[in-house]
Amino acid sequence: MQNLCLMIVLAPLFGAIVTGLFGRTVGRSGAHWLTIIAVGVSFFLSVVVFWRIVIGGEPSYNANLYTWLESGGIPFQIGFLIDELSATMMVVVTFVSWMVHIYTVGYMHDDPGYQRFFSYISLFTFSMLMLVMANNFLQLFFGWEAVGLVSYLLIGFWYTRDTAIYANLKAFLVNRVGDFGFLLGIAAVLMYFSSLDYAEVFDIASDMTGVTISIWSGQDWSLMTVICLLLFVGAMGKSAQVPLHVWLPDSMEGPTPISALIHAATMVTAGIFMVARMSPLFELSTTALSVVLVIGAITAFFMGLLGLVQNDIKRVVAYSTLSQLGYMTVALGASAYSAAIFHLMTHAFFKALLFLAAGSVIIGMHHEQDMRKMGGLRKYMPITWITCLIGSFALIGFPGTAGFFSKDAIIEAVHASTTPGATLGYLACLFGVFITALYSFRLVFLVFHGESRMDEDTASHVHETPAVVWGPLVALAIPSVIIGAIAIEPMLFGDYFGSSIYVDPENDVLARVGEDYHGVLGFIWHGIWQKPFWFATAGVVVAWYCYLRRPDIPRRIAERTSLVHRMLVNKYGFDVFNDWFFAGGARGTGRLLWQIGDVGLIDGIVVNGSAKFVGWWSGVLRHIQSGYLYHYAFAMILGLLALLAVFVHRVAG
Amino acid sequence: MLADLPLLSLCVWVPIIGGLWVIFAGSRVPAYAVRNDALFISMLSFGLTLLLWRDFDNGVAAMQFTEKLNWIAPFDIFYHIGIDGIALPLILLTSFTTVLIVLAAWEVITDRINQYMGAFLILEGLMIGVFSALDAVLFYVFWEAMLIPMFLIIGIWGGPRRVYATIKFFLYTFLGSVFMLVALLYLYQQTNGSFAISDMHAVLLSLPQQKWIFVAFLLAFAVKVPMWPVHTWLPDAHVEAPTGGSVVLAAVMLKMGGYGFVRFSLPIAPDAAASLNGLMIGLSLIAIVYIGFVALAQEDMKKLIAYSSISHMGFVTLGFFVCFQIFAKTGNWTDAAMGIEGGMVQMISHGFISAALFLCVGVMYDRVHSRQIGDYGGVVNTMPKFAAFMMLFAMANAGLPGTSGFVGEFLVILSAFKASFWFAFFAATTLILGAAYTLWMYKRVIFGEITNAAVKSLEDISTREHTILLALAIPVLILGVWPAPLLDMMHATIAQLVEQLANSKLP
Amino acid sequence: MLSLAHFLLLGAALFCLSVAGIFINRKNVIVLLMCIELMLLAVNMNFIAFSHFNGDIAGQVFVFFILTVAAAEAAIGLAILVVLFRNRNSINVEDLDSMSG
Repeated sequence: MQNLCLMIVLAPLFGAIVTGLFGRTVGRSGAHWLTIIAVGVSFFLSVVVFWRIVIGGEPSYNANLYTWLESGGIPFQIGFLIDELSATMMVVVTFVSWMVHIYTVGYMHDDPGYQRFFSYISLFTFSMLMLVMANNFLQLFFGWEAVGLVSYLLIGFWYTRDTAIYANLKAFLVNRVGDFGFLLGIAAVLMYFSSLDYAEVFDIASDMTGVTISIWSGQDWSLMTVICLLLFVGAMGKSAQVPLHVWLPDSMEGPTPISALIHAATMVTAGIFMVARMSPLFELSTTALSVVLVIGAITAFFMGLLGLVQNDIKRVVAYSTLSQLGYMTVALGASAYSAAIFHLMTHAFFKALLFLAAGSVIIGMHHEQDMRKMGGLRKYMPITWITCLIGSFALIGFPGTAGFFSKDAIIEAVHASTTPGATLGYLACLFGVFITALYSFRLVFLVFHGESRMDEDTASHVHETPAVVWGPLVALAIPSVIIGAIAIEPMLFGDYFGSSIYVDPENDVLARVGEDYHGVLGFIWHGIWQKPFWFATAGVVVAWYCYLRRPDIPRRIAERTSLVHRMLVNKYGFDVFNDWFFAGGARGTGRLLWQIGDVGLIDGIVVNGSAKFVGWWSGVLRHIQSGYLYHYAFAMILGLLALLAVFVHRVAG
Repeated sequence: MLADLPLLSLCVWVPIIGGLWVIFAGSRVPAYAVRNDALFISMLSFGLTLLLWRDFDNGVAAMQFTEKLNWIAPFDIFYHIGIDGIALPLILLTSFTTVLIVLAAWEVITDRINQYMGAFLILEGLMIGVFSALDAVLFYVFWEAMLIPMFLIIGIWGGPRRVYATIKFFLYTFLGSVFMLVALLYLYQQTNGSFAISDMHAVLLSLPQQKWIFVAFLLAFAVKVPMWPVHTWLPDAHVEAPTGGSVVLAAVMLKMGGYGFVRFSLPIAPDAAASLNGLMIGLSLIAIVYIGFVALAQEDMKKLIAYSSISHMGFVTLGFFVCFQIFAKTGNWTDAAMGIEGGMVQMISHGFISAALFLCVGVMYDRVHSRQIGDYGGVVNTMPKFAAFMMLFAMANAGLPGTSGFVGEFLVILSAFKASFWFAFFAATTLILGAAYTLWMYKRVIFGEITNAAVKSLEDISTREHTILLALAIPVLILGVWPAPLLDMMHATIAQLVEQLANSKLP
Repeated sequence: MLSLAHFLLLGAALFCLSVAGIFINRKNVIVLLMCIELMLLAVNMNFIAFSHFNGDIAGQVFVFFILTVAAAEAAIGLAILVVLFRNRNSINVEDLDSMSG
């Protein structure tokens, strides 16, 4: 097993190193063959692992590889924990990554940074695998930051674009804010558990419920709440939850394949994965779960709304990703961890599909991303159209598609949940469904249907993309349809995750939902008569009416509600505020401290000040040295008298 | 036969004598011969230190490779040297850096190259001497002698404001070390006439005595580290120093302060350190946060990296002094080792990273002759290889896991949390600030469209520069992925140090 | 009858005169030299008085020493003065301030 795991992890790393360092030697085709084979190997071995652990029922594998270091009596290890959760993640990650590798061959065809790109995405695959296969917090953090690094590199892939290098810096820094909390959380774990190993920590976690930690003197907080909240701050950064979501829409400056791989399917779900992994800790703090739920609900609803006013095809999908991540977070907050992972998995497939489809459109349109300049592409790009439609149906939760099962499960679960804030979560999810349907089909209708709004030059060049591009679309469309029906029963209501996810029986909402579960068809039948389906249908109908039938309506609505519209276009003002308060404030503080503190006080007053004082004092003293003999003589006499006085005083006294 | 040689003495004296030879013989031979000689000597002494490492026994806390000769007999002053797990990594760092400096100066320094090379070689020997001295007078002599070559390096090959910078540098460090001399003499008296550092460790002292001694040492070491608020010499010195000077200053000289704390302040005055640790932690946190912000406002690359150094060295002192708080809270001294080890790792790692960053700036400076961030932009277009290296070092400076920059910060933050949530909180802001100032600089310098003709005509790094940067990239990555060997080297010594801290020295 | 006190008073008076002469005088270096001579004379007066009243001849021997030294000093002083006058065309004390800081 150890060798298997090592192969899975090291194959992409090997590919990344070779293509990265010897890109010129291996050439363009060498680069893509090498990395595609490496990630393919990784994928197939992941399937083998998945087969053995999940289907074959082998016990989970947990072993340390080597000791990273040992300090203060605590060994920090690097190792693997392969259980049902990580095996699932491994398959998802390697599969999507593999598809994206293949797709990239077409998408980046003319780019001068071809080898570099393959190197980065292989490196990403390695980092993400390290993250999901970790058996301890250290390695988790290691992978966590490594995926952040690759994300940084890839968003700024086209490094001459100002927007791209702005976006990648922003992404890294916002993620760092999350990591700041995450690291403190890890420190708290180490302090109280004296170990960073998952198994050891989870074993004794339940003994820690009564422990309190004093952060402000006099106020005792529950330790588990503090740890969970700190860890969740990390998840908020990586999984782009409000208010740390600001980086994700901007990250669309990167090439489309990585938007699909990193900023939709895998990296952004790391936070979800992490919380699910930490379920034994989160279950111990209702406060933390409640916070998770509320943050998720806010993200799910409000970020979805923003998708309605975007005109850049990728940004629509990006806001949809934010909203879907919100759904997953809601599920986590409702203790429906397996529903969150289930949605994570289905979302990985259909969102990667949507992104790659959007990418395909972008290639077809010769790197035009504005939806207002598209329309009627159905005729030119039939395969892209069909697959994109499938992806959209999956996204809005059309009965039978993958998204239907996972999203309905989340909504049911949060409906059944009693965690404080669950009602809010339920409502947000429910209305979110309407919004999702509306923006998804707005995209579909604006891009593929209706009148063509292309200029003639573009129209004459639009064509279906080559097979390396649509191949992965088809390959992703298949699981987008079927994976839900296959996986729902074991994943949600069966014992799929075994001991890898722990749910307190009191919070086990999925068990409650499961009582009404009678097979896949029953679930579909049940779903058709439920509110989410009607909300989704309403969304599609409204989209159809507004964007195909009466295209003038949206503009009129926008004019009527200009305040709301402006707020949405400005993304609730987060960016403006962050730029002004945090970025500007930090620079201002820096300049202030430097000019006043360093230059003014320390250098100006103390250092140069003391030098100036010495100079001034000697200037005063030099007046005494007049050069006149009689002054010196006078000084001598004064000295003589003084000495005499002392002498006399001594003798007399 | 090899085993009989006084290996440590060779490590100290080979570069010094070699340096003198380069200076005196070098004036009559062509420049290429001088370079080759200097490279040979630096490689030779690096090899000698590697031999030290090979023969070093990790399991022993006591001094190894000790040599003791009479020096000034009437005052019981000895030529007494030896190394332990704290000194060895620093010595390796010193000799390694010197090789790089010689290479970095290769074609760049044309004026009085023999003196330049010689000064660095002598400096290397003196610095190794500081790390291996076991006699306080010997230590002090090396400590002060070290200033001379550095003074000359900045003063002769420095930038336009070099005179101001050298005088500031000299006065700052000299003022500090004078107080150290007083403390050493006082200890000489207290130990009944012994300058042996081990005797100073053993002597019992009352709390007021310890406090005075601690403060005197603090003045000397805080300037070197440098701690806030005695740090302002460093940005000036760095900005004016030639690349090699910046490298040795950042990589090794700053470590003298940290080394002084673990060799003198902590073991000699543990009770004073315990009672003053609040002050030390406060100053360290100010250095981390305040200087982090200040670095953000810099427009000069060298100044930015200099401020970043101060901020990172804040972790070293935080790690060293946080153990007292942990002990006060948990009553357990084994936990304390983590902070000190974190500080030590941070010193070594910072040595590599800051050296690398200064060399990177040097590479650009050699071509464009400007250190202003505004004069660059889009360097990646013309220097892709260089950009890749600088990315690695920038990320390491931002403390990315997998690079050495992470290890020390991680350990220190972990142990700071044990002392107080807020210590860890403020220390961890470096995660954000460090990334912000480093990557913002990187963005403005490296990324973007080419902004001016100077950048457009840049040539990518030569083989020589490639070698230097690669030589630094390797330890940065290895220490990040597998820092255990470095930690193993110092476990025993630090365990002994912790024991010294745990036992009160009050009579 | 003259007592020791009278002699000492005379000496003190001479000494004070000479001191006053040294820094009241602003015109002539020669006056300075003369004042110094006068100061030495004041000392001599004390020596002789003490010698006489203590019955110890050593004091008077010292006076001879001092006279000799004073003569030598006057010679050197006048020589310097001559050189000074040659260089500066002035022996005015107010002009001699090249030691000023």
